[in-house]
Parts: sequence; structure tokens; C-alpha cells
Amino acid sequence: MSTNLTLIVTASTLIGCGVYLVLERSLTRVLVGLLVMGNGINLLFLIAGGRAGNAPIEGTTPPSTMSDPLPQALVLTAIVIALGTTAFLLAMAHRSWQLNSNDDVQDDVEDASIRRLAAADEASDSHDLATGGGDDDPRVEEEA
Amino acid sequence: MSSSMSLLVPLPVILPLLGAGAALMLSGRPRAQRLVSFSVLIGVVTVAAVLLVRADRRGVQVAWLGAWTPPLGISLVADRLSALMLLVSAVVTLVVFAYSVGQNMTGDESEAPVSIYHPTFLVLVAGVSNAFLAGDLFNLFVSFEMLLFASYVLLTLGGTATRIRAGTIYVVVNMLSSSLFLISIAAVYAATGSLNLAQLAERIEGLPDAVSLTLQLLLLVTFSVKAALFPLSLWLPDSYPTAPAPVTAVFAGLLTKVGVYAILRMQTLLFPDSPLTDLLLWAALITMVIGILGAIAQSDIKRMLSFTLVSHIGYMIFGIGLATQAGISGAVFYVAHHITIQTALFLVVGLVERRAGSTALLRLGGLARLAPVLGILFFVPAMNLAGIPPMSGFLGKVGLLQAGLDVGTPLSVTLVVGGVVTSLLTLYAVAKTWTIAFWRTPEQAHETAQALPNPGEKADTQHPSVAMVGHRGHVHVGGTAYAPLDLEEARRVRDDDEPDRDLYQLLRDDKLPDSLPPSMVLPTAALVAFSLVFTLVAGPLFDYTDRTAEDLVRRSPYLDAVLDGGRR
Repeated sequence: MSTNLTLIVTASTLIGCGVYLVLERSLTRVLVGLLVMGNGINLLFLIAGGRAGNAPIEGTTPPSTMSDPLPQALVLTAIVIALGTTAFLLAMAHRSWQLNSNDDVQDDVEDASIRRLAAADEASDSHDLATGGGDDDPRVEEEA
Repeated sequence: MSSSMSLLVPLPVILPLLGAGAALMLSGRPRAQRLVSFSVLIGVVTVAAVLLVRADRRGVQVAWLGAWTPPLGISLVADRLSALMLLVSAVVTLVVFAYSVGQNMTGDESEAPVSIYHPTFLVLVAGVSNAFLAGDLFNLFVSFEMLLFASYVLLTLGGTATRIRAGTIYVVVNMLSSSLFLISIAAVYAATGSLNLAQLAERIEGLPDAVSLTLQLLLLVTFSVKAALFPLSLWLPDSYPTAPAPVTAVFAGLLTKVGVYAILRMQTLLFPDSPLTDLLLWAALITMVIGILGAIAQSDIKRMLSFTLVSHIGYMIFGIGLATQAGISGAVFYVAHHITIQTALFLVVGLVERRAGSTALLRLGGLARLAPVLGILFFVPAMNLAGIPPMSGFLGKVGLLQAGLDVGTPLSVTLVVGGVVTSLLTLYAVAKTWTIAFWRTPEQAHETAQALPNPGEKADTQHPSVAMVGHRGHVHVGGTAYAPLDLEEARRVRDDDEPDRDLYQLLRDDKLPDSLPPSMVLPTAALVAFSLVFTLVAGPLFDYTDRTAEDLVRRSPYLDAVLDGGRR
């Protein structure tokens, strides 16, 4: 089976660009990244369908020269789903902009608190805990 | 196989979809909308029960849709595994729906517009049912998209700041996993020329090892994101707790289990001689341990439960990774048990939030005296989750651990140990919650909050948390660690003018509802009772899951039913 090299290169470029954009902070760029990636994936389906042929309509094209219609149907479904997702993500980006006047993807609460701890608490203070609490232990303060 | 009965198979998908349309049209008439939604959900439960009996007695039920000559059309397949998942999920969604209607009727949930809630919930049910019944990979993808879309809407209901923040992460992560799923589907189609699971099962055997390993890894990563398997689980504890209680409950019960189901189906049907079982076992071990360690560190009940959810996914993957009949049987039993128990716990936490105004442990106390029924409703499923004999959580874990010991490799024995440790740590996590939220008095809780250092006196503007940081930023009071965020809450509690009060202040000012609405308590109690039924019928249920596992390991019942239908 021979494969179309142009399609493969295009698809991989699109997916690569998409991944790069998804790594951005702004939700709009993430969305553009997902869309670019989605287009690359749709090309993958065309590659998966084998060699290109004529329109797969019975009666007008002899079956031997037809292209495989199934991947095209799958791509169509994927496009429709991508449309809905795009609308939803745009609405979310807009809402985020209303609330925060930006559409940055915000940090996970846990991630943020762990990073704060790392910044404030450079050395591990399990030593304090093991020796019965440091001077910042509220119980000690109460007794004092 | 009678063709009239196979007409039943698509009903769990079609009924909720039709109901969603009807509910959307009836959005101005809440009573009619409720009637439609309830009759649809009861209908799904009935159909699922009939399918379960049929699949058990008569074998696999197959329906070919679209009037194509099989095997060209879309197939929906109900075997023993699908039927059991379908029935349990249908019962759970019915109960959760009753709960959310109860919440709405009391005029409490102004943030969830009824007109959107009902149709979206029904689409979610349709998506979940379709995922359990899907007989080909692309249909599975479409059902994932259905349930994900519904979940996007439900998670961001009302569009508040916290829900948008959590929703952004949830949506992006799931879109990425959907993209990965599409790539996997394209790869599978390119390699085999089919997407029907039964045909794939035959064709993948003929592929070179490298190709089939690639396909398996692609699918496994995709489904692991859905199932929240570590390290692909990090999105879950952050996004689930922000949604309204019934939404979190149904997500926790069902959505991750759909991912687990997909992994189970794929491992048994498509890749029976999988070289990746060791990888699954490692992932299961790490998921169990990391998840439960996360749960212990939490000081909010909802977050704590989200982490136990991740942790207990590890048990199911443990059973699947063993790839023996006993392991799979234990995993199926555990999935059924865990769907009900996790949903019940989240519903109870919703009740706690309503009764006491918060789910932060720092603010709670004395719930056992304040609302004894609530205490019982929390205690029973919590102990069941931890695996206290003789409840179903214990039986499920024993089944899995025995299966692990039977295999007897060093890795499986390690997992058995990990499972026992996780079970004990779960007990610790829920017992801690019980002691703090239900057992101490509200006065004690209030005094604890008062005893926390005053930010005004100590605050260093550069490092506001240094002065009061105990161990890694947590403040230790009475042996319990509180996260910095909760401290901020506590400070608000200390200020009598702030609207955010803790339980003691709310009680003092008499600002709490006197009792919980029966329309919310009854569904919760029903679900807790349903989870106890698993204990009572554990014998027959284990027989059933054994038969399920036998089918899955043999593969021939599924393949024969689908492919014979195709050859007819």
C-alpha cells in the first residue's frame, strides 16, 4: 500500500503546531491549538482511508475506483463535534474574560498552594515536627 | 435470539435522548418536565433490568442499527458486562435525579436553571448507556463526546468563577483525550480496515506485534484519562468538587467507570494476550497509593472524596491487570459496588453542605447530634468504602486480593499489600472526617478556628504564611493539618461581621434550616440501602460476575453473537 507523503507531512505539521498552541496559557490560543490539531487528525483519517479515488456514489462510479467512504463519514462527525466544542470553549473564554478580564487557564488550586509552600518554605521542616513542633506551632503559642 | 428482544437494546440510548428533546420543549413547565424525565429514567431502569436477565439467560443481545447489511451498520451489544453496568448506572442516575429534583423543589438551587438541567442530565444518561452498549470504536467515541458535552454543561452550571476555572481544565483535558482517541481510531482503521470491536478482535491478532502494541498503548492512554488513572488523574480532584452536589455525585459514580469499562472491554476483547498487564498493575498500584495519600491531606470533605475516588479506581485496574477470570470478576464486582457507594457519599456530602452550610472540615462539628440521620447516612457508606466486614466493599476487596494472591507473581503480591494499605488509609481518611465533622461539638470547632493565629497581628506582607506555617504550610491544631486556604476561611469565620460563618455561629444566630428536606434525604437513604443490597446479594452477584468474567476471558460469546449476526 502506498501512502501520500504530502498528507502525512501536512498532518504532522498541523498536529505539531496544535500541540505547541495547546501549551499556551490563553484559553483562546488553546482553542486554536485544538482546532489546528483537529484538522491534522482529520487528515490522518484520509490517510487511513487508503488511496484517493472517485466519489463513492453507487451507479456513477465503478466500485474499484471508489475512495473509501467510511473515513470521510468519520471526519464529518468529528468536524461536527469540533464545531460544538469550539462554541462551548469560546463561550467559556468569554465568561472567563467577563469574570477575570483575561482568559488565562488558571492554576489548579493544589498546584498553586504547593508552589506557594515551596516558595515560602524552602527547607523541609519535618525536622520541627519530629522534635515536637517549632516556634510557629500554634499549640505552643497557646500555652505560652 | 428473537429479533423483537434485540429491539430493546437501543432503548437505553433512545429513551433519554427523546426525553431530553421533550424536556427541552417543556422548559416552561417544570412539572411536565419532571414527569418526562422521571418516566424516561424509570423506563431505562426497567429496560436495563430486562436486558440483564436476557443477557444472562439467553446470551449476548445484539442490535444492528441503520438498516445496513451487517456487519456494515452500527452495532449495539448487550452482554453480561454491559447489562450489569447499565442497570447499576440507571438505578444510580434515577436516584441522583430524584435528589436533584428534591433540591430544586425546595427552592435552594437557584444557580441551576431547571430548563437546562433536565435535558442535559438526560443526554448524560444517554451517553453513558451508549458507551456501555457501543459495539464499535467510533460509536464509543461518539458516546464519550455525548457524555462529556453534557458534563461540560453540568460542571459549569451558573458560570461562577470557581466553576469556570475548574471547567476550563476539565474541558481542555477531555478535548485532548478526545483528540487522542480520534488518532487511535484513525490508526486502528488504517491497520485493520474496521472499527467493529468483534471484527477488530479477529483482525488485531494477525497484526505485527509492534503495530498492535502501538494501538493498545494509544487506546490505553485515551481511556486512562477518562478513568483517571495516575498519572493521568490530576484533573479530577480539581474539577469535580466545584460542581453542585448531585452533579458531582453522578460524575463520580459514572464517568470514571465508563473509562474503566472501556479499558476492561479493550483489554479482554481486543488484546487478550496483552504484554501490557504489568504496566496496568504498576499504574493501579501507584493510583491506589498516591490517591489515598492525597485524600488524607485534604481538609474539605468533597476534595477528600474525590481523591478516594481516584484511589479506588486503582482497585478496578488491579483486577483488570491481573487478566485472570477471578481478577476480572472481582473488578466487575468492585465497579458495581463503587458506583453506588461513591455516588451515595457525594449525595450525603451535599446534605451536609445544606444542613451545616459548608463542607470544610474546619467549620464543621457536632453533625452527629445535630442531624443523627445524616450521621448514619455518612457512616454506613464511609465504612463500606473503607471495606469494613461484612459490607460489599470488604467482599469486593477480598475477591480482588484473593485473585492477586492466586496469580502469585511478586508484582501481584505487592499489589495485594498495596490494596490492604490503601484500604486501611481509606479507613483513616473517612474516620478522620467522621471525628471532626460529626463527633466534636460545634463549640470545639469554633474554638479551634478562634485559636488559629490572627493574620492581622502576624502577617508578613512578603511571606504571609511564614509566621503560622507548621509542617509544609499546614497549621496543626489538635493533630489535624489545615491547608492555607482553609486558614483564610477560618479567619473569615473569626470575624463576626463576615457573612461566612461556621457552624457554631450559624447555630447561635439560628440561621440554619431546622431540618433537611425529606425529598433529598429519601433518595440518599434509598441509595445507601441499595448499596447495602450488594452485601445481601453478594453471593449471587459474585456468581454473575464470575459468569461475566468467563464470557470475557473466553471471548467467543461476544464474537459469535456479533459476527454471526453479521454473516446472517
